[in-house]
Amino acid sequence: MSDQLIFSIEVFLNGLMAGVLYSLVALGFVLIYKASGIFNYAQGVMALFAAMTLVGIMEGQVPFAGLINATFGTEVRNFGWTVPAFAGIALTVGVMIVLAWGVHQFVMRHLVGQDPIILFMATIGLAYFLEGVADLMWGSEIKTLDIGLPMGLNETIDRVTYEMFGYGFFIDNLDIVASVIAALLVIALVLFAQYTKQGRAMRAVADDHQAALSVGIDLDFIWVMVWSVAGFVALVAGVMWGAKSGVQFSLSLIALKALPVLMLGGFTSIPGAIVGGLIIGVGEKLFEFWVGPLVGGATENWFAYVLALIFLVFRPQGLFGDKIIERV
Amino acid sequence: MFYREAGDFKVSYQQDSQTFPIKFDRYRYYFVLVVAFLVIPFFINDYMANALLLPFLIYAIASIGLNILTGYAGQVSLGTGGFMAVGAYAIYKLMTAFPDVNMFILVIVAGLITAVVGVLFGLPSLRIKGFYLAVATLAAQFFLVWLFNRVPWFYNYSASGQISAPEREVFGIIVTGPNASAWATYMFSLIFLTASAIIARNLTRGAVGRSWMAIRDMDIAAEIIGVNPLKAKLTAFAVSSFFVGISGALFFALYLGAVEVGEAFGIQKSFLVLFMVIIGGLGSIFGSFAGAAFLVVLPVALKLVGVDLLGWPTDIVSHLQLVIVGALIILFLVLEPHGLAQLWRVAKEKLRLWPFPY
Repeated sequence: MSDQLIFSIEVFLNGLMAGVLYSLVALGFVLIYKASGIFNYAQGVMALFAAMTLVGIMEGQVPFAGLINATFGTEVRNFGWTVPAFAGIALTVGVMIVLAWGVHQFVMRHLVGQDPIILFMATIGLAYFLEGVADLMWGSEIKTLDIGLPMGLNETIDRVTYEMFGYGFFIDNLDIVASVIAALLVIALVLFAQYTKQGRAMRAVADDHQAALSVGIDLDFIWVMVWSVAGFVALVAGVMWGAKSGVQFSLSLIALKALPVLMLGGFTSIPGAIVGGLIIGVGEKLFEFWVGPLVGGATENWFAYVLALIFLVFRPQGLFGDKIIERV
Repeated sequence: MFYREAGDFKVSYQQDSQTFPIKFDRYRYYFVLVVAFLVIPFFINDYMANALLLPFLIYAIASIGLNILTGYAGQVSLGTGGFMAVGAYAIYKLMTAFPDVNMFILVIVAGLITAVVGVLFGLPSLRIKGFYLAVATLAAQFFLVWLFNRVPWFYNYSASGQISAPEREVFGIIVTGPNASAWATYMFSLIFLTASAIIARNLTRGAVGRSWMAIRDMDIAAEIIGVNPLKAKLTAFAVSSFFVGISGALFFALYLGAVEVGEAFGIQKSFLVLFMVIIGGLGSIFGSFAGAAFLVVLPVALKLVGVDLLGWPTDIVSHLQLVIVGALIILFLVLEPHGLAQLWRVAKEKLRLWPFPY
């Protein structure tokens, strides 16, 4: 096999791994969109917020330390304790649930029935708000997130591929773990949606708000629950991205890539989010590898969006989306 | 007391359909124009121009542009930053290629170039609707910024990859480059803003504007009653990009002087202009002014209060600014989806009845 082809296979595998992370963020979008028709732009910032909160809690930082110090002239930084990873995650989940409740109570409840575009803009506002709050609470410097996930080159794959092709593939352990966790998460979500009472109620709400309301489903509860689940998905995505490239603002920009993923896969489809994520992940890595050097590189910035744009012109509802029917 | 239509008789159709039907409004408008053109230029200093007035004027043009597309034609765009970049790079190439041509013409040509690019990226809007389109315009944003970063022709092969505005004069007065005086750049932008506002106002109340609004309110119904969606959407994209391009050109040539494209025209700029339009009021020319003024003044005011008065560190104030802007967006959408312009309208209604409301 030629070198180019072998490199391509490696690039393909790495793209698949990156795609898994896009899928994770996209999954949160789909959940909220299906249940409430809200296109939640803030999903990426929620991932950032969750990751920052996790780091902050684990390191025992004082929330709003900067603001407190500036106002009262004190010098507080840390509580002086550290929290183990799994307790930290539990606490962060708690924070995300409170956040979900707050978002519903103070924002979305007042906007029920508005145009989708108004809801979308409200979530852009929410994204700014959350980003500001996250920075105020935990400081804006780049943080490292270490909850004991395996990192670095996977030696088994390296050795096996070296024996096969005479060239060892570089596959990060973290990516493999991320893929496994993403798969588990999707399975858990599907089980939850299919076999629990709340999951059924959630699907009913997704189908038709009014009908769900009339058979006695508590809409407020379901919506808070959906935002909480999306918050949890955001936390998982934030932890993965954060462990990979540090917890920083660019996290929320990477999450913007979930938008073309969704357009490709269709807003209403969980399998769509996953397949779309993989296509985008592989596509942009391969494009960068083959075409990037010819046009000056860094094509990853726009490839996903342009691909989605071209794709949408031919199939506006995405790969797996519900067919758009328009009536006057 | 003074603010009412009683006694202000209209004797022709022209008078009946004028922009400011109430006499007080009309005089206020003339007054604002006189102050802006004849008073401020004599008192302006560098700080005022650079911190407040220039950004306000330039962002107001961009908001008018985006308001035409989003507020009047209902096509949400997140690519404003990219289109501003087109305007900026167009004027840069034009300024360096034709150093002797009048700057007014160059800025307008830069706007026209942006309009062409806008139409190109507006083509998918015929197939894609709502926020699918919003995300599709992100393609314009990221692709254009990448293009200007990577293709050396656009920045004339300069080593830094930046573009910087050379010195140019209009009728013997320097308007660009480091030696331009504050009043000259101010006047230059003000002329463009005034012209943009008048053009936009008249377009939006004419046949073209009505077809935009019909498309916005319900595109299929509009199509059935005979509005050509192709024409309506593409003209909206063209006109909107034209104004956005002009503002991008001015933003680069007059305000910043030197530009690194990812920093000056990134996705944040797209959101900023969108927020101006939302806070100001979708579908209102006055709203574009109000939104631009609000979001230009807000950071300056916060900095004055936070940094200078309370002595907080700059980074905390800038984070606080994010929180406040985000909260304001949400607050406006919840309480007053039509923005500052609606508040102004309500205030005017109240004023007409004052001091004897029924």
